[in-house]
Amino acid sequence: MTKKQKIMLCRIIITAVLLIIFQFIPIDGLYRFFLYLIPYLIIGFDIVKKAVHGIINLKPFDENFLMAIATVGAFVIALINHSGDYLEAVAVMLFYQIGEFFQSVAVGKSRKNISALMDIRPDYANIRNDNGELEKVDPDDVEIGSVIIVNPGEKIPIDGIVTEGRSTLDTKALTGESVPRTAEKDDEVISGCINMSGVLSIRTTKEFGDSTVSKILELVEDSTSRKSKSEAFITRFARVYTPAVCLSALALAILPPLINIAFHNLPGWSDWIYRALTFLVISCPCALVISIPLSFFAGIGGASREGVLVKGSNFLEALSKTRTVAFDKTGTMTKGVFEVNDLHHSTLDKEKLLFFAAHAESASGHPIAQSIRRAYKKSIDETIVSDVEEIGGNGIKASVDGHLVAAGNSRLMEKLGISCIDCHSVGTIVHIAIDNEYCGHLVISDTVKESAHEAVRSLKAAGVRRTVMLTGDLKRIGEETAKRLDIDEVYSELLPNEKVEAVERLLSEKENEKDIVVFVGDGINDAPVLGRADIGIAMGALGSDAAIEASDIVLMDDDPMKISKAIRISKKCMRIVYENIWFAIGVKFVCLMLGALGIANMWIAIFADVGVMIIAVLNAIRALVVKRL
Amino acid sequence: MKKTYDIEVDCANCAAKMEEAAKKTQGVKDCTVNFMTLKMKVEFEDGADKDSVMQEVLKNCKKVESDCEIKL
Repeated sequence: MTKKQKIMLCRIIITAVLLIIFQFIPIDGLYRFFLYLIPYLIIGFDIVKKAVHGIINLKPFDENFLMAIATVGAFVIALINHSGDYLEAVAVMLFYQIGEFFQSVAVGKSRKNISALMDIRPDYANIRNDNGELEKVDPDDVEIGSVIIVNPGEKIPIDGIVTEGRSTLDTKALTGESVPRTAEKDDEVISGCINMSGVLSIRTTKEFGDSTVSKILELVEDSTSRKSKSEAFITRFARVYTPAVCLSALALAILPPLINIAFHNLPGWSDWIYRALTFLVISCPCALVISIPLSFFAGIGGASREGVLVKGSNFLEALSKTRTVAFDKTGTMTKGVFEVNDLHHSTLDKEKLLFFAAHAESASGHPIAQSIRRAYKKSIDETIVSDVEEIGGNGIKASVDGHLVAAGNSRLMEKLGISCIDCHSVGTIVHIAIDNEYCGHLVISDTVKESAHEAVRSLKAAGVRRTVMLTGDLKRIGEETAKRLDIDEVYSELLPNEKVEAVERLLSEKENEKDIVVFVGDGINDAPVLGRADIGIAMGALGSDAAIEASDIVLMDDDPMKISKAIRISKKCMRIVYENIWFAIGVKFVCLMLGALGIANMWIAIFADVGVMIIAVLNAIRALVVKRL
Repeated sequence: MKKTYDIEVDCANCAAKMEEAAKKTQGVKDCTVNFMTLKMKVEFEDGADKDSVMQEVLKNCKKVESDCEIKL
């Protein structure tokens, strides 16, 4: 609790205690008035002061004005009527302050909650000074190319490359991924990760201001300043609403008594003024003004805890209306790395075939060769390999363990006069022949991410009607992948500018103006497309500045499941926003009617004001809970 | 040029009032106040002296919301 909040709490308690004691003091007349004035001033002096301040500055219509006029009015009526019922006026102020206090604590709590999630800002960097001692310096002062030391338990302050040491990194704060990553020499590491086990020396490749952690913090801190339509609506609403309510209250206080006078009845001034004051208390728009931005704030905060960074409330709002999702293929739905996915027609034991293939390819730096070596998994004994001969563009020949091994495409086999079996699988095919005998082939292809199929399915469950894949890859590969993932449509062999055209076509084919077209890409060459779609989602964007700039939502890890999760988070948040809007406006409207008819007294008015606000704030905080969505 | 300042303010409406007041200050091109993160982001006009402009901004904010604070 801040100092201000503590003082407020004291004022609330003192006032409440005084009010209770006063119920047992039999005192009448003016003394009673002055007695009740004490707790009133204790609890409400600042409100009255602000109201006066507002009037002096010619900007009177705010909630301070409403409260001051209502309570002062109630005092005056009680004084004139000699009813001695000053309790109401003080109680209104007391409960109003309790509401404000509660709201301030709630907002402070969720602010803390969210900044704790985003507690990735490194405070210092360790640098070895001229004497070889470690020195803590401001990360802002570290130049590119300096070597920084990160001890276990510390955050990596600046992006860079490991020059020494080996450790595991906790990337949870950045990606929401709880499995630690390993980092060793020559690995690129990003700032914001927590070093868990060993000491790392890192040569920085960026300045602190351009490092991942700074970019992310800036993005999150700016996110709520892009206002959603609902927020803009509430601001506009409050601007019109408060003056309108004040004028209605004035009319309610003056017109009926005047009409009574015109019809030669008793005017009943105090009754009507009391109704007008009740009306004012009910009307305070706090519940709306605070709960709507709070819902978005909580929604964005909850999403970032799950590794989904939303750049603004407007995007969170729009995301809930997603109807079409277009994907990039490589790197988005697939891993973007080549792997041996199959072995066909092998005449040998599979393990044995891989042994020969991996050894034959042991000297090659080609990505295909690398993937074969990765698939073999065991270490390679280079002493048994000799006479390696690369046959440009076709494959490789080598002697492995005394056998002549040939590995390559069908043209290589043709050249060697070996008949091979064609393959219908999608990908790069490597045929293997040992001692001029055909032994089968390996299928090497980009693998689909494990969660990709489930991701597409869950998108449909989240209300997406149309899924489209846009890829620069070959038609056959594109169609194969789309079919495997149950994606509705596929456009392949697209150049980057044709991807933009494809998205524009999707935009023009919307059934409804308000439908949203989302494009998901890995951000490296998709920047123009990310910008063109209603919402651009960049994937696995850690370290890719272009993606962070161009996209509206950033998925911190590579998991396509997060797309539908983001949509579900936005739907929950919007449901809460609408609940609050309807609940607050509804209750207020009913109470206003009751107040005007003289049925609702001050106590109901206090509920309509403070009670509704507390309920709305509690509801708004629910948006933070997104773990199980 | 843009700069972000930490602020202290009690309610969302007050933050909106501060934003409006800051925007009207001379030398300020644009301003956004974020109540949730308690930050004020000010974009200055070219050639404006940001320290003296911020003094004005603070004065104008105090006028609309007496107990607000900008940490300069």
